[in-house]
Amino acid sequence: MTGRSVRALSGALKPLFSHRSPQVYEATAHKSTYTTIPPPARYGGRHTVTLIPGDGIGPELAKHVCELFRFCCVPVDFEVVNVDSTQTSADDISNAIMAIRRNGVALKGNIETNHNLPPSYRSRNNLLRTTLDLYANVMHCQSLPGVRSRHRNIDIMIIRENTEGEYSSLEHESVPGVVESLKIITRTKSLRIADYAFKTAREKGRRRVTAVHKANIMKLGDGLFLECCKEVASGYPEITYDSMIVDNTTMQLVSRPQQFDVMVMPNLYGNVVSNVCAGLVGGPGLVPGANYGENYALFETGTRNTGKSIANSNTANPTAMLLASCLLLDHLKLHAYASMIRRAILSTVTDTRLHTADLGGQGSTSEVVQSIMDAVQRAGPRTQSS
Amino acid sequence: MAGNAWRSLLTQAVGVAVRKPVQSSASFSRGMKMVTMIPGDGIGPEISAAVMKIFDAAKAPITWEERNVTAIKGPGGRWMIPPDAKESMDSSKIGLKGPLKTPIAAGHPSMNLLLRKTFDLYANVRPCVSIEGYKTPYTDVDLVTIRENTEGEYSGIEHMIVDGVVQSIKLITENASRRIAEYAFEYARNNKRTSVTAVHKANIMRMSDGLFLRKCREVAENYKDIKFTEMYLDTVCLNMVQDPTQFDVLVMPNLYGDILSDLCAGLIGGLGVTPSGNIGANGVAIFESVHGTAPDIAGMDLANPTALLLSAVMMLRHMGLHDCANKIQTACFDTIKDKKVLTKDLGGSAKCSEFTAEICRRIRDLD
Repeated sequence: MTGRSVRALSGALKPLFSHRSPQVYEATAHKSTYTTIPPPARYGGRHTVTLIPGDGIGPELAKHVCELFRFCCVPVDFEVVNVDSTQTSADDISNAIMAIRRNGVALKGNIETNHNLPPSYRSRNNLLRTTLDLYANVMHCQSLPGVRSRHRNIDIMIIRENTEGEYSSLEHESVPGVVESLKIITRTKSLRIADYAFKTAREKGRRRVTAVHKANIMKLGDGLFLECCKEVASGYPEITYDSMIVDNTTMQLVSRPQQFDVMVMPNLYGNVVSNVCAGLVGGPGLVPGANYGENYALFETGTRNTGKSIANSNTANPTAMLLASCLLLDHLKLHAYASMIRRAILSTVTDTRLHTADLGGQGSTSEVVQSIMDAVQRAGPRTQSS
Repeated sequence: MAGNAWRSLLTQAVGVAVRKPVQSSASFSRGMKMVTMIPGDGIGPEISAAVMKIFDAAKAPITWEERNVTAIKGPGGRWMIPPDAKESMDSSKIGLKGPLKTPIAAGHPSMNLLLRKTFDLYANVRPCVSIEGYKTPYTDVDLVTIRENTEGEYSGIEHMIVDGVVQSIKLITENASRRIAEYAFEYARNNKRTSVTAVHKANIMRMSDGLFLRKCREVAENYKDIKFTEMYLDTVCLNMVQDPTQFDVLVMPNLYGDILSDLCAGLIGGLGVTPSGNIGANGVAIFESVHGTAPDIAGMDLANPTALLLSAVMMLRHMGLHDCANKIQTACFDTIKDKKVLTKDLGGSAKCSEFTAEICRRIRDLD
């Protein structure tokens, strides 16, 4: 489409997309005000979403998502982009990135990283996140009735900085046998993630934001992060802000996880805390994750597992991936479809007979998906004009 | 009986690498072993006194030498621990430390850091075993975390490159990685543990954790009787909170060790009941309680000496005094299991002195 026709189209669609502009796919300069991510374009009333199946259980779960969407008549078309993790060239991942830039939204499975390859081969998942500047990783861990777990009434929202910190991939061997790895913390990104956290907390009506850090040891780095959080907190007087050291946080999480509400933290601690919380509510098969940037959004399972050992055995738990696809639908503002599918998924999970092996049941993936489709059918035909 | 089986399991877990007792003429006199006791701050003095009383009741062959380690400025302007403390540790080689307060604006680094640097305490060992009688949502925990204590993310090397951009340097060296891996396998062998798991994030930090992993793999070659596995940090965290029984010995660099060892302490009931030992070069070992100084209850006879006591038991095993160690440990766990005399943090209402007296009574009854 030429620039002029895009502008014309955007003019026509102005009432629907209030902050849409033809420059949306260019790297934007630093925005002085935080704006919400606009939903991407719809052509013919249908959205196009990039789908990266990934490795391990990724491809089969992606198939189930497509199946479910087709069954529910969701107006989403998937553009499948395969990323071959065994290839060392960056072509596959560049294609994927271009596809995501084109569509604005993506759903992905985890791409395996062979950590025996040399450092020049960066983790594909990491590359996606940093290139597209998906700075906020959001994971909402909630106790589900019907899922056996040691703790009840957990409702924690974890907001993790996704692009810098320990994951900067800046390492060098200064002297043979001595390796230095750099952890970068910047004021801009810390402010950005803190702002995102407080804004989300306010939108969702949450009362408390806890910053997780290790500033007693990493005084400058995490100290800067804390400072930024405190600065942003002052602009949200109705939300209680406190901070906690990461080791104490993990200890509190396994003894009394109900005390936490929203947690914001740099990259590595986010990795630890999100996995601990996912384990507390029932495991990696239940929690979806979302990665938001200023222009793009990427949805995946919360704990980013490849599940190599259970691949192709029809035993993987599809809940996390399917709930991630519901988050995707919410992002595309297809809220009715999202709630319908989510309700069906949750009713299947709480119906304890139909759990996959990771939750202690004997159901297979296809049985669970079938049960979800049955639940959707039972809920009645949906009519939606949009 | 289940109790005995469980206790022997505990004994295996809480024991440290059994070495031929390092005897120097200065530290052994009349069969008594000298140990440097560092009471610490806050509740430190009262729990140290409690431990000494219990050891007395158990007739342990230990003489205590109390020392203070508040940093002083040595010649050349560098902060160091007082020379009498250093001298005592050098001759006794074994220390028992209570909680130390890190003053915020005193100008000197944390005392724990200073001790670590002075004695090159490279391995932090924390055995985490569920305590019968102190209920937590997790039962049957029996694992040991071995954490590299000198380098990694805690090297303290940070710079503000430009205003608003900070870089922290994580240092991983071949020597330190090899040393900790060797200690981990040695410990596993001496304590009859079956597997060692290296925890890492080499998918992201390819060079640094990659180096750590390579060294672990190399050392594993020499210990074919022990199973060696590698696992990502996030997978370990995920599995740990779902099923901690699948882990045995975990070895890892500094930051992951800090987080994981506290996570495991949380599984068994917190820092108030977790023992910890720091192993250094040249046979030095300092055992400590890892909880804080609790200034709000200091001096009120409310503290729980269990953590320091279990660390002291760990120390006895390290020195080869297993009978004594078992006696004290049994008395302590029986007291907790009985639930009649417990301090406030364990769910009871007894005072520290009452708890200590109860343990002493049980020890005397065992004789």
